[in-house]
Amino acid sequence: MSFTREASRAVRSTLVLWVLTAIIYPLAMIAFGQIVFPFQANGSIIKNAQGQDVGSALIGQPFTSDRYFNSRPSTTSYSTADPKKDDAGVLKTGVSGASNLAPSNPALLDRMKGKSDPDPTKAIEGDIPRLQKAGVKQPTADLVYTSGSSLDPHITPEGAAAQLDRVAKARGLQPNQLEPLISQNTDGRFLGIFGEPGVNVLKLNLALDALKPAS
Amino acid sequence: MFQGWIQIALTLLIVVAITPFLGGYMARVYLGERTLLDPVLNPVERILFKLSGVQTRENMTGWQYIKAVLYSNLVMALLLTFILFSQGWLPFNPTALSEPTWDTVLHTVISFITNTDQQHYSGETTYGYFAQFAGLGYMLFVSAATGLAVGIAFIRGLTGRPLGNFYVDLTQSITRILLPIGIIGTILFIAGGVPETLTGPAIVPTLENPAISQAIARGPVAHFEILKQIGENGGGFFAVNSAHPFENPSPFTNLIQTVGMVMIPSSFIYTYGVIANNRKQAWLVYGMVLTISIVFIIFNGISEYNGNPAVNALLGGQVPNLEGKEVRFGWAQSALFSVITTGTMTGAVNSFHDSFMPTGGFVMMSNMFLQIIWGGQGTGTAYLFAYLILAVFVTGLMVGRTPEFLGRKIEKREVVLAGFLILLVHPIAILIPGAIAMSLPSAPDGVTAQGFYNGITNPSFHGLTQVLYEYASAAANNGSGFGGLLTSQPAPSALWWNLSASFSLLAGRYVPIVALLLLADSMSRKQPVPMTSGTLRTDTGLFTGITAGVILIMGALTFFPVLALGPIAEAFQIAKGIG
Repeated sequence: MSFTREASRAVRSTLVLWVLTAIIYPLAMIAFGQIVFPFQANGSIIKNAQGQDVGSALIGQPFTSDRYFNSRPSTTSYSTADPKKDDAGVLKTGVSGASNLAPSNPALLDRMKGKSDPDPTKAIEGDIPRLQKAGVKQPTADLVYTSGSSLDPHITPEGAAAQLDRVAKARGLQPNQLEPLISQNTDGRFLGIFGEPGVNVLKLNLALDALKPAS
Repeated sequence: MFQGWIQIALTLLIVVAITPFLGGYMARVYLGERTLLDPVLNPVERILFKLSGVQTRENMTGWQYIKAVLYSNLVMALLLTFILFSQGWLPFNPTALSEPTWDTVLHTVISFITNTDQQHYSGETTYGYFAQFAGLGYMLFVSAATGLAVGIAFIRGLTGRPLGNFYVDLTQSITRILLPIGIIGTILFIAGGVPETLTGPAIVPTLENPAISQAIARGPVAHFEILKQIGENGGGFFAVNSAHPFENPSPFTNLIQTVGMVMIPSSFIYTYGVIANNRKQAWLVYGMVLTISIVFIIFNGISEYNGNPAVNALLGGQVPNLEGKEVRFGWAQSALFSVITTGTMTGAVNSFHDSFMPTGGFVMMSNMFLQIIWGGQGTGTAYLFAYLILAVFVTGLMVGRTPEFLGRKIEKREVVLAGFLILLVHPIAILIPGAIAMSLPSAPDGVTAQGFYNGITNPSFHGLTQVLYEYASAAANNGSGFGGLLTSQPAPSALWWNLSASFSLLAGRYVPIVALLLLADSMSRKQPVPMTSGTLRTDTGLFTGITAGVILIMGALTFFPVLALGPIAEAFQIAKGIG
């Protein structure tokens, strides 16, 4: 077969398949998603009582204060930034990323237990001392290990239970008033078998605010 | 712990249950028999073939098939190059991303056309929506379909049939296998929460501190995601791949993703059984691969469940290693996913391999060294049978019989093709660039200029593992990575990694493809020898066991020294205590 015929067949096949798989298929699927599942297709954005967007039901947010159930440590602070000082352009695109620390890397342990250094910019507070100071006597694994996405919406039910007393105290509530909120905002295993149960921290904290607004 | 093993066992059971149905269906497609979708697809394909000028009845010889693969892949790569370079003025680019550096584009194009999808970039910050769905999304189809076409041509040749027509196989792999599964999967994914939109990121004030805003990246993810899995591509829409809650929001979507990536390569072994009319042999080698995979999953699962001893000491109790893992997947689904994704050459990740315990690194790299623990789309099954041919040769020598496979003599030409070009090109593409990378300096602090630096980020033995993993992933066309390695622009080491990985990607893809097709061609031209009582049967448990031995010895002998210096040494280091 001649070179021109060979080349022409390659070019024509490439273009025909491109139109089918890279134009018709995606656009049809986008139209389908927008018509049939508009909530999910646009990122499961949840709104508050005033109708403003407050976040996504599937994406975590940073929570470090005593008034809220804390989320997992994150390498990107859950893709957040101060809009006035966003030099890295985080708010332009959104970001995600893991720590990629090896189990043998001493930096992993320093991050967890903290490290003192004469130079205050090099000292690390450490997640375990931070949590213990905040009244979480026994931090769970999920609260000290960073997630893969840096956007993990969940903590484990044990991680939520470990924070129960502290949040109740900060809000002036009884722990047993908060227990139902945790179970209501727990995403279970698929069919009761696959995956692990997780407490959706953003939804839990929204429910907490609805129960008793943070003063 | 028991709960975790139940999930793993059930997932594998689903995979095995699907095999005869999907494998049988694929055999019908490639043998040109009637299938359920004929009334819809026959007219569609007639139009496609007419527009592309393909003569469907024309059979190709080995060299013609090779030329068709190379020409078409070259044109597709050029189209992708054009799209990526032009994204600045193309539509659907809500985050206004401009063209990436030339070496990033070069590496991305080679990585996606070779069905590898190794990513030296972050999806959110590098490629706009159009570049993703019309450029990279296109590669998810055609690179997988190229693999399937080569795989089926190999099986045809091995069983004494003409090789077929590449363009027909390419098109039908898309219209009859990838597209139908893709459409069903997209619907399930959107229902499960995966976005499918052209709107740009959502910016919201955070609940705890409204002065701080959160950017929620989204895009046309769902249709991309399913093809990423079933085509064994693995290139994520976002930087963190299937760990991202928008790529893989729940255990439900994770189950689809896990089954999705292993479904086609596992069923393809059954497809061989149907076409060769020897289902027994198909199930025997299937059982061998499944067994090796299960052993890897058990090793990996136990070590992740037991966790990091140094961290356990800090927390005062034994907890699973959750660094780089998502709560919704836990240790079990993460360990399972990591073994399946490295075995099948998908390379998607739902947890970060760099942070796995050394046992994890050991089994993941072993998967990529062997390349047949399901293996690549189409090509995995072909490699498996290349190993079988070598095992026939070895056993033939041992017992003094003429080596024959499926009634065809194995001679010097076949052994050279199977042994050298298919199996030995792999260590060359890993170990030589690996040795060069280890000799490069790391970029000193504050350096911004590009140069040849190694980009290692974890200390000691783990640093060697990072380097080896990167090349093993490139050469095996897997695409996962030890993500800590600084391979992305603007890191000073990015230039080295983009260029050297491109070499391993190309060598690991096209040299074996050419050799596989030549091997198939020469097998299909041989006169069949009648089976006698003296013929060495290849569909017995004994022979399958010997094949497993040949596979493990070849893999172990070639790569054991580097495994000893990488993950094994790190395991001893951790046992001794860190710091």
